Amino acid sequence: MKILFLIFAAITLGSAFMVVTTKKMVHAAFWLIATLFGVAALYALLNAGFIAMVQIVVYVGAIAILFIFAVMLTRKDLRDNAKPLNKNWTWAAIFAVLSFGGLFSLLRQWPGFSQAGAPEMAAGVDMVTELGTALVSPDAYILPFEVASVLLLAALIGAVYVANEAKNK
Amino acid sequence: MIPISWYLILAAALFSIGLFGVLARKNAVAILLGVELMLNAVNINLVTFWRYNAPETVTGQVFAIIVFAVAAAEVAVGLALIISIYRNRNTIVADDLDMMKW
Repeated sequence: MKILFLIFAAITLGSAFMVVTTKKMVHAAFWLIATLFGVAALYALLNAGFIAMVQIVVYVGAIAILFIFAVMLTRKDLRDNAKPLNKNWTWAAIFAVLSFGGLFSLLRQWPGFSQAGAPEMAAGVDMVTELGTALVSPDAYILPFEVASVLLLAALIGAVYVANEAKNK
Repeated sequence: MIPISWYLILAAALFSIGLFGVLARKNAVAILLGVELMLNAVNINLVTFWRYNAPETVTGQVFAIIVFAVAAAEVAVGLALIISIYRNRNTIVADDLDMMKW
């Protein structure tokens, strides 16, 4: 388990680093797909199989493809000779390292940080059924679920309106 | 078993890499890629806390699903804005988009 975790963590962090540093934007989008697969594997290690599948279907199948489309539609700035980082990138790196240090020291103070292992999953409970019931049950999470639906609809209409040049004029 | 600290440190590192991408990249699409990395780090934290502290409930997984929906909405609107800017200004380099600078 630990070796699997370390392999997937290395894949995730390594490809995430390539996402933010690689020159060609199409390559950055493909590295993002590798990162997302690594995160999906981590969800599977955490016994969250449904979340892992949603990660692959929604992130890899929809969001990463959307990114590749956007990269191809905005091709002109993506020539390979331009520098990918702006002139303040050293400050950005310092700030990122500082934020990691800050998060780490905050986590160190939390008493649950030294928890060595997860409790056993309850036997005989189908997590997907539980989750599906909770999402549409009035006693549980139907309101956030519906709000998320409305948000997605609004984002859909807004994206079509913003990107559709001809209708705006 | 894997200690909880490993997952939390991984998520913190992923968040910091995403933050670096948001701050340092020139290309607006690359900035959105950085935001995606940060959202993934948050989701890892949510699922980890669910697994280690409350595996008998579904709360953490529901939170993660809501974050998925918000991330999808954010990417759709963000990329539409970038394509619209590209059509009007013919650039998506974030430094050149200064028409709202006073």
